[in-house]
Amino acid sequence: MKGSSVYTFIFVMWILIILGGGISILILAPISISGYGEFDLILSSGIKAIVAFGLVVVWILILTKIKNWIFETELKG
Amino acid sequence: MQDQIIAAVLVSTIAFFTVYFFTPLLIKFLEKRNVMVKDYHRKGGAMVARPGGPAIISGIVASEMALYVLMPIVRVEISAIVITTILAFFVGLVDDKKVMGGWFKPLALALTAVPIILLGAYDSDLAFPLFGAVNIPLLYIVVAIFMIPITGNTINSIDVLNGVASGFMVIASSALTISLIILENYEIAIASLSLVFVSLAFYKYHKFPSKIFPGDSGALTLGAMYGAIAIVGEVEVIAAIALGPAIINSFLFLSSMKRIVEHREIKSKPVVLTDDYKLKATSDKDASVTLVRLIVAGGQLTEKEIGSVIFKLTVFSGFLAILTAFLMGVSL
Repeated sequence: MKGSSVYTFIFVMWILIILGGGISILILAPISISGYGEFDLILSSGIKAIVAFGLVVVWILILTKIKNWIFETELKG
Repeated sequence: MQDQIIAAVLVSTIAFFTVYFFTPLLIKFLEKRNVMVKDYHRKGGAMVARPGGPAIISGIVASEMALYVLMPIVRVEISAIVITTILAFFVGLVDDKKVMGGWFKPLALALTAVPIILLGAYDSDLAFPLFGAVNIPLLYIVVAIFMIPITGNTINSIDVLNGVASGFMVIASSALTISLIILENYEIAIASLSLVFVSLAFYKYHKFPSKIFPGDSGALTLGAMYGAIAIVGEVEVIAAIALGPAIINSFLFLSSMKRIVEHREIKSKPVVLTDDYKLKATSDKDASVTLVRLIVAGGQLTEKEIGSVIFKLTVFSGFLAILTAFLMGVSL
């Protein structure tokens, strides 16, 4: 089947989106800062942003490894 | 429900027929003024009219205005979608007229998301299947600003072969519309129908052999509207899944080039044309890796055959997006 490795990659990407989303909810949702008054929202959002950015970087690194593995033959060609 | 069905039929009809009748006039207008580009993949290198963006935006504005009148409860959401889409059209039009740098489009498209934020036509909860939603009040603004350049540029980057961008958008936006219906967000589903039928009507003239190319103004309009619907309809994750093949294309391109760069600036082409007008993967190691290059890595194919493979991949992504919409109702 033409592009069969791409089907695999799309499916793996879908699983990673669902798992990544789940992990981000488990990590990000409980983050809550209090005691800094009006800065509470900014501080908690800032921390969430940093954690989310880290998760996205990890997600891209994993996806890159999987890409190299799935498309090994095609990329070498 | 009856009002929604009438609105859906009316919006679809206006969207389809505006583009269906306006595009041939635009083709004649562009041909008369010699605003055409060479189709290098076609025998004899035929000249094709470009850009088709004005026809696409006319269908979107006409149909969304009808929805604006028919559905007063979603006027803010419709306004946000239309303003963002019009701004993206002008960004594309500038790029059609003058070749801009690689950073121009992402930056300019980021600004097109501002009306969505200013109008408050978004929800700061980011929903994921099985695990629920996470509230990210300030971070969501960043997500919204990133969303439009991502969807706009991914559609633009897949616009490399006859009919692919418009055909791809028909399938992806259909999956998005079905997902919105599953999630009972009917008004935004009707707004999304406009995108389905505008793309379908344009596909008639864009399919192989193309009579018109969408250009940046067309591709960015389609992509930005898709992104705006995703934000306003609160289906960001589902929208990203439905765009699977286009996202893979951008991901492969960026990870092989290691920087944001305009396709036009790259000298080494990822695919080469054979003597019998088929496409095959290049052996040039400096060339970018793209979805088309991967598809033809297994053997040379005609442009039409490659388009067919991309459409099948998009149907698969669309299926996963619809499955995700069903999973949104399931909680672990």
